[in-house]
Amino acid sequence: MKPTGRTTVVASVLLVACLAGSVLFLRRVDQMRTSATLDDVLYVSSPKLLKRLSLGYDGLMADIYWTRAVQYFGTRHQQQAKSFSALAPLLDITTTLDPKLLVAYQFGANFLSPNPPYGAAMPKEAIALVEKGIQANPDAWKLYYELGFIYYMELKDYLKAAEAFERGSHVPGAHPFMKILAANMAQHAGDIQMARAVWRTTYESSQDKYIRGNAVAHLRALQVEEDVTRIQDAVTAFGKRTGELPPNMMALAKAGLLPGIPIDPDGRPYKLTAEARVELADPDQFPFVTKGLPPGYKAPTPKDLPQMVK
Amino acid sequence: MIAIETLNLEKTYKVGFWRKRPKRALLPLNLRVEEGEIFGFLGPNGAGKTTTLKMLMGLVFPTAGSARILGREWTDPEIKAQIGFLPEQPYFYDYLTAQELLNYYGQLSGVPAKERKGRIEEVLARVGLVDVKGVQLRKFSKGMLQRAGIAQAILHNPKIVFFDEPMSGLDPMGRREVRDLMAQLKQEGKTVFFSTHILSDAEALCDRVAIIHRGELLRVGAVHELTSAVQGKIEVIWEGTQVPAPMKTLGAECVVGGDTVRATMPEAQQDAVIDLLRRERMRLISVTPLRTSLEQYFVEKLKSSEKTAGANG
Amino acid sequence: MNARIGYIATNTFREAVRDRVLYNLIAFVLLLSGAAIFVGQISIEIEKLVVINLGLTAVSLFGVLIAIFIGIGLVSKEIEKRTLYTVLSRPVRRWEFIVGKFFGLAGTLVVNAFLMAIGVFAALLYVAHKFVASDAQILVAVYFIVLQFVIICALALLFSSFSSPLLSAVFTFALFVIGSFSEDLRGFAGLTHGLTRWLATGAAYLVPNFSALNVISSVAHGEPVPAQLIVNNTLYALTYAGMAICGAVLIFDRRNLK
Repeated sequence: MKPTGRTTVVASVLLVACLAGSVLFLRRVDQMRTSATLDDVLYVSSPKLLKRLSLGYDGLMADIYWTRAVQYFGTRHQQQAKSFSALAPLLDITTTLDPKLLVAYQFGANFLSPNPPYGAAMPKEAIALVEKGIQANPDAWKLYYELGFIYYMELKDYLKAAEAFERGSHVPGAHPFMKILAANMAQHAGDIQMARAVWRTTYESSQDKYIRGNAVAHLRALQVEEDVTRIQDAVTAFGKRTGELPPNMMALAKAGLLPGIPIDPDGRPYKLTAEARVELADPDQFPFVTKGLPPGYKAPTPKDLPQMVK
Repeated sequence: MIAIETLNLEKTYKVGFWRKRPKRALLPLNLRVEEGEIFGFLGPNGAGKTTTLKMLMGLVFPTAGSARILGREWTDPEIKAQIGFLPEQPYFYDYLTAQELLNYYGQLSGVPAKERKGRIEEVLARVGLVDVKGVQLRKFSKGMLQRAGIAQAILHNPKIVFFDEPMSGLDPMGRREVRDLMAQLKQEGKTVFFSTHILSDAEALCDRVAIIHRGELLRVGAVHELTSAVQGKIEVIWEGTQVPAPMKTLGAECVVGGDTVRATMPEAQQDAVIDLLRRERMRLISVTPLRTSLEQYFVEKLKSSEKTAGANG
Repeated sequence: MNARIGYIATNTFREAVRDRVLYNLIAFVLLLSGAAIFVGQISIEIEKLVVINLGLTAVSLFGVLIAIFIGIGLVSKEIEKRTLYTVLSRPVRRWEFIVGKFFGLAGTLVVNAFLMAIGVFAALLYVAHKFVASDAQILVAVYFIVLQFVIICALALLFSSFSSPLLSAVFTFALFVIGSFSEDLRGFAGLTHGLTRWLATGAAYLVPNFSALNVISSVAHGEPVPAQLIVNNTLYALTYAGMAICGAVLIFDRRNLK
């Protein structure tokens, strides 16, 4: 009663073969296209035009462009790219299509200003983006935070940073820390405590895994800097007391200059070299660190930022 | 040689939203058609005639059972070169001309290129479409489409021809022509299997008939066998309002109305009745056969089968 | 066996060519190409850009519409109306019917694309007054559009094998739209976790990859298309279409034709 068995077998086998083949070739095409995709995406780089072309499906288009922006950044970050030229336009398009997409502004604030491969090195564009967001969302205190963040972190313009935090602190529902940040920005801008507070706030106020991962990496780096400075001071004190360099960490601990053998945020003990330099046991685990690195150390490929949160 | 043979051929559809209710379109059918005969497949609409034909053509798959055509399994694709099929109210490709259509079908049936053109001309002439062979089919009338359908069914000189309601859409002239054609096909040694609900055609043409009702085969047999048991009735109308006494004994039922009498009686009494009216000097207006005998048989058979179904179901 | 596929394909082609819908749509595309000339004159430097962009987009979009209309009309309708009965009562296997239809359809659309492309080239010649070497890339773009058509045909056949004409058209068109965003779908899948990721990735690979077959913008800017991409896209289109057709054969083989 059934139709011919032979046809069924041949067709089924062929179907599976074609399915496998199509997936294979699709992946190959994808690989060839990653760089090409976003270049031609931006042939329509006028956000206003794109908004009109979306025929009202702005929200969907915004989501699509947001996805592309994140992918763009992620891929290039992995490849240690030297330029992220399309990031600003992508975020601009995203936020024109959906001005209320706060995470896009946050992403821009975090990744437009730093230097490659951690960002696009475009702090001015970052500021413009966030200001645009503030215009469209005057009640979003987080955006003022992001604005202050950029001024503080990249541009080192503490006055403007304070202003931004101040503006934000007046928004109903703002994190109480905004006022404190504003107040302390002027005097203690250079303090590690300040930096730590800012990164903590960034971490807590965002859900995006890239932004959080970035914040965690910076917090770890700050911790290391603090530790290394403290140990360095202990070494100097030891030298003043005994006139010699400490042979090892234990000596510093015995001398009461350190509470115990100091360990880094991963639980590995810091090393004390023969020349009494403080070094990390495994510097590769700590991007953004400037102290405790062995001489001639080269940073490896950037770690996957979302991984940092774990 | 047996041309067509079905062995417990059966079809049950599952209907209803969840496809749970079974609908038996065809109960197990066992049929045999001899080569060279004209076989009629009779039944009212929805009896299962078309379903049977479609199963034989491989368009619908039986729930159970099988069939053999010219001794080979009906699923054998090669056997299809030996059969021709005219579906009910056929529909063709709008934009082809009759000639192109037949050429296409000829190609598919494996008619060699050399013979094709000749065969097409022959067949077109036979069905009376020579004048319009270059006209696109979308311009054809219903009757013309029917003829085209017949043409494609016989084009490749098949041994068996299956017609589903071949007379539908034809005017009386057309029907006559198709009847003649079918008789010719038989003379050429072909087997003709056709389904219809027009019994007069069946009576005129068929060697044997099968009667099917609600998916069930009720009776198979030669036409004269079936009708010998049944007598047709005739209607006689005469002027006046008088009914001669012997009418009743002749088995006539009379109705007097206005200035005529209308009487119905068995066909066999026709001569006796007319003689009687002549003797009584009554003016005869008309003598009309009321039903063909096959029709009579058919109707009674259906009624009785419904009674049994009513008793059983 | 192969001869029958050829006959079915030729007949399908003939039917398609005589269907007036085809001509109307082709005329429309040619009209658009002409209109592109005027649109381009708004900004002098981008005349050529507009002609290529608008022209090729029209070829692609309307070509897909034609593909769907004709595909459904020639297959789904044929299955629904009784045209098919007289074909299948002949020594034609069901799979031969599907494959023959596919080649007939694909052939029609190739000719289609060719005619429409001539319109685009004519408009291009008019605004640029000559051809340059990089214009040859336009042929690559047209070739990719043809590959799109091939996939659409196969999908139309697949849906026709079990679904009504209207639904088949809707499904095919829906897959065209989704397929145009298939790269984004894969990007989205990469951002999700767990079960959603499996489902999204599965869908992303099953959906036809039309985004990669759209090189209109880069060709408009005169950029060459790498040969490897051409090869891989061709192989992809062929295997994808093959998959759909096998599916159509499997389904159609089992279908009861009421």
